[in-house]
Amino acid sequence: MPMIYVDGQEIEVKKGENILEACLNAGLDLPYFCWHPAMGSIGSCRQCALVQYQNEEDTRGRIVMGCMTPVSEGARFSLKAENATQFREAVVESLMLNHPHDCPVCAEGGECHLQDMTVMVGHRDRRYTGKKNTYRNQYLGPLIHHEMNRCIACYRCERYYRDYAGGKDLGAQASHDHLYFGRHEEGVLESEFSGNLVEVCPTGVFTDKPFLKQYSRKWDLQSAPSICQGCAVGCNIAPGERYGKVKRVHNRYNDEVNGYFLCDRGRFGSGYLNSDLRLDYAGIKNPDGSFFAVHQQQALDTAAGWMTGKKVVAIGSPRASLEANYLLRELVGPKNFAPGFSDHEADLIGGIATILQSTKSINPSIKQIETADAVLILGEDVTNTAPRVALALRQSVRNKAFELAEQMGLPAWQDAAVRNLAQDQRSPMTIVSAMDTRLDDVASTCVSLAPDDIAAFGHAVAAALAGETTDNAEADAAAQMLKAAKNPLIVSGSSMAHQGVINSAAAVADALSQAKTMLSFCVPECNSLGLALMVADGSSSSLKALAKRAVKVDALIVLENDLYRRGDKELIDQLLASGTKVITLDMYENGTLDQSDLVMAAASYAESQGTLVSSEGRAQRFYPVHSPAAERLPSWQWLLRLAKVVEHKKLSKLEHFDQIVAACAKSSPLFAGLVDVAPLNSFRDRGSKIPRQTHRYSGRTAMNSGVSVHEPQQPKDHESPLSYSMEGLNRDQPASLTPFVWAPGWNSNQSLQKFQSEVDGPLKGGSSGVRLISSSQTGAEISSQVNEVTLKPHQWHLVPMEQIHGSDELSAHTDEIAELAGRGFIAIGEKVAEKLAVTEGDGLLVKQGDVQSSLEVRILSRVAKNCIGYSAGYSETRELTAGSLVSLEVDKAWQRSGPEMIASDKAAFQQVIGDGGASNV
Amino acid sequence: MSNAKMIQSDISSVLTRQEMAEIDHELEHIPYKSGAAIDALKIVQAGRGWVSDESLQAIAKYLDMSSEELEGVATFYNLIYRRPVGEKVILFCDSVSCWIGGCDSIKQTISDTLGVDYGETTDDNRYTLLPVPCLGACDRAPVMMVGDDLITHLDDNKISEIFSSNKSGVQS
Repeated sequence: MPMIYVDGQEIEVKKGENILEACLNAGLDLPYFCWHPAMGSIGSCRQCALVQYQNEEDTRGRIVMGCMTPVSEGARFSLKAENATQFREAVVESLMLNHPHDCPVCAEGGECHLQDMTVMVGHRDRRYTGKKNTYRNQYLGPLIHHEMNRCIACYRCERYYRDYAGGKDLGAQASHDHLYFGRHEEGVLESEFSGNLVEVCPTGVFTDKPFLKQYSRKWDLQSAPSICQGCAVGCNIAPGERYGKVKRVHNRYNDEVNGYFLCDRGRFGSGYLNSDLRLDYAGIKNPDGSFFAVHQQQALDTAAGWMTGKKVVAIGSPRASLEANYLLRELVGPKNFAPGFSDHEADLIGGIATILQSTKSINPSIKQIETADAVLILGEDVTNTAPRVALALRQSVRNKAFELAEQMGLPAWQDAAVRNLAQDQRSPMTIVSAMDTRLDDVASTCVSLAPDDIAAFGHAVAAALAGETTDNAEADAAAQMLKAAKNPLIVSGSSMAHQGVINSAAAVADALSQAKTMLSFCVPECNSLGLALMVADGSSSSLKALAKRAVKVDALIVLENDLYRRGDKELIDQLLASGTKVITLDMYENGTLDQSDLVMAAASYAESQGTLVSSEGRAQRFYPVHSPAAERLPSWQWLLRLAKVVEHKKLSKLEHFDQIVAACAKSSPLFAGLVDVAPLNSFRDRGSKIPRQTHRYSGRTAMNSGVSVHEPQQPKDHESPLSYSMEGLNRDQPASLTPFVWAPGWNSNQSLQKFQSEVDGPLKGGSSGVRLISSSQTGAEISSQVNEVTLKPHQWHLVPMEQIHGSDELSAHTDEIAELAGRGFIAIGEKVAEKLAVTEGDGLLVKQGDVQSSLEVRILSRVAKNCIGYSAGYSETRELTAGSLVSLEVDKAWQRSGPEMIASDKAAFQQVIGDGGASNV
Repeated sequence: MSNAKMIQSDISSVLTRQEMAEIDHELEHIPYKSGAAIDALKIVQAGRGWVSDESLQAIAKYLDMSSEELEGVATFYNLIYRRPVGEKVILFCDSVSCWIGGCDSIKQTISDTLGVDYGETTDDNRYTLLPVPCLGACDRAPVMMVGDDLITHLDDNKISEIFSSNKSGVQS
């Protein structure tokens, strides 16, 4: 480890890092703007200037940029030298020439990196009295607000959006003092990762638009460590709450999972928490079908009356916590419990769980995925099914560039140089899918095949790897690609609804001999894998089997699950209307809830605590951000109380969350690691609980005085080591208990570096989560059976297309997400469109047996023969079944959606911002 | 969006066969299509005087670039015009040598004669007046370019001679 000297202080540094990183690692405050740990250095902003001396005798030195200067043994620097401090102050002063003094009305104010740096360099008085440049802002869609006047031209936005996230529709325009970052023309940002601009921008150019509509300052937000419920990746998030509403979601750093970035579903998809569909009270159904609100105890007593001494069955949920599912399963007994998957899904995810336990390959974290130097994707449009994984895959193709840079002796953080060197040379990625995927632009090979043929392709690759000769040149090439790699990665998943595809991915992975072979599966929901592991012993029931028994049982309990999304309407109607008493715990109104006899208002993820198992097999804990509103209760508490009322032998002994975790951990060897996921309730950091509120949290006793002048006691959290308070320390605690980041002098999210053990490393408190599944030595047992289907003329294979916005049950109830989701669609190739004489936006009737759906046309750029896609998970496509054969017909009654339906927000925006004229169409 | 939706037939309805042929010629020498961006913009501007949104989108599509990427290139260079200009562009040097040579008052004369300030086009659409940092003719300062002609040793007489009331054209 080289030693360097900074202002006479001896500092041990890491070989190959730059002096800015070295300073930050040493805890020194060196201001910066354009450098970002995930994006490296370009030396554009000149803020991290410091003085470097030739040797001990050199007293003058020269100014160098910290982010562009590699450390070397014995190098001497000064942060405090007068010319360095003057230089840094002058840089901020020059940035302030054009920066508006609008901090009080800026959404970034109070968590602004520019504010922090301005204070840090000591620049206080503006000398410039001239006019400032002003710009016209653009409408960038419902998620991101644009305010160009605040720009300091650091280029972070463009480097993130284009270089890192692969977006094409945002860029730097013009030059010198009229530089502009925006789109070619106004419109919705196309990237699924646009929300990270909010955190990447060091000032208020790009801000969170939904948050602006219900704004609070960062210091007034109450936060808790949480886990995104949007998909199975398990990104760590920090939702911020005030006045009982979750106002925004920020990234919560976990070096092994999401790092610094979230997808837009994760960041903006929690708006449903504040929607009118949420339940506040438990209710008992009146004869007329409406519900009569009752107190919690009444609801429990009623339920107990229906359950005691009766036959009770229950359905769990892949979007509910492990603890709630465990309690429900114990309450009714494993045989009377169905996990709440659709039957087909149960097979798929069960299959994945089995493969993950038996495969020799690594089930990689996102950090590991980024190390892949050859990727084979089978069937999955990862950007839409596991978005954050897709962002990691985008980074993996850069390993070729890093390899080239290493040969040249170029450090990886020299971002512009590395990109210049590599141009468009990338590590190989082969995508085998039925149609376009959002990663096609970085793939070296795209193969369009129907799901059955994807499975056959996978098995051909496996055969080629085993040394057999295949007559499939593309499969041979894919095999060669994987064989030549050090860290090959196979990605597949359940979105094709095809077991064969999943099996073939496992076959490829097992045919590879590299020790670092990775096999990653995308599964649909935040706890899909956890639930699959829970029922892996085979003792639980299936939805269909339960429906058959429904007439013979007295009560059915449904946990956080809209069953109409799990099976065809007939089956679910039969299940719910069988004369059985239906007790539902859920947080929002849906079809299942409407059919229930008793409803218990469940708390949302932001009001409760629980453990989820991600697709990586990582168990992670989420904590309540605020205490449940009205008469809501976390599902696990409803069930625990219910167990007490019905005097359940085993469960009524349990009192606290930690005891449930312990019991759950004991229930299966797979869950043994659960006890280590997060500290116990009794954990104290230097004598205190961890505060959810910032030190300067304001109005704690006064913020509700508009309703009541009484000052209520702060809610108590009896179940976790976090408190609803500002008292205590938020520093260096276990990673799973980090509610927000803040450090003295660092109010922005850049304060994260004070929490990291080193730049870009794990938090000082570690990397949260425990991996429950480790790879085995035996290798997976995989069936290589492949189906052959014969199509009649004019028939198409229906292939599900998961959509980041619209396919997910909960986030789809967020206004902004619903706007981006648009109408349910049918996606066809250009040739089919030509034949049917339809264009994008027209309507087609999709006929599947006697079911008929009218859907909007989208045109694909590549598609497998005889395949058409449909937007999965949309209400319009609920009747369609993946893999079925359908016919198409032009819908003559179709009304094309007008621009106002798609861009309602745009019209409103133009009215406000408008360019003066009433020229709105 | 309009770029993403633009298909092949749209490109050829915007770019002429001649323009596409010239761009194709440039592409022969370049490993990456986007490398021809500047030349393509110059080709289109040479024929049309400026680069409209429609032209820009067509060029971007032709070169497999996003409109944003090409817009970045087009707006970076101040001699690619993204707004219509007059028949001739006056590039008036206001850099050091010309400034010492009294360019400020000469510029005023031009503005008075033509009735335009920087960035403006005369009503008859003949001239657009733009400032330029240097024309590389400091030894003959003050200088300007009118269209393709470099005019040196400017003074008020020369200005009125050039932009005579009948505006019959440029004499150097």
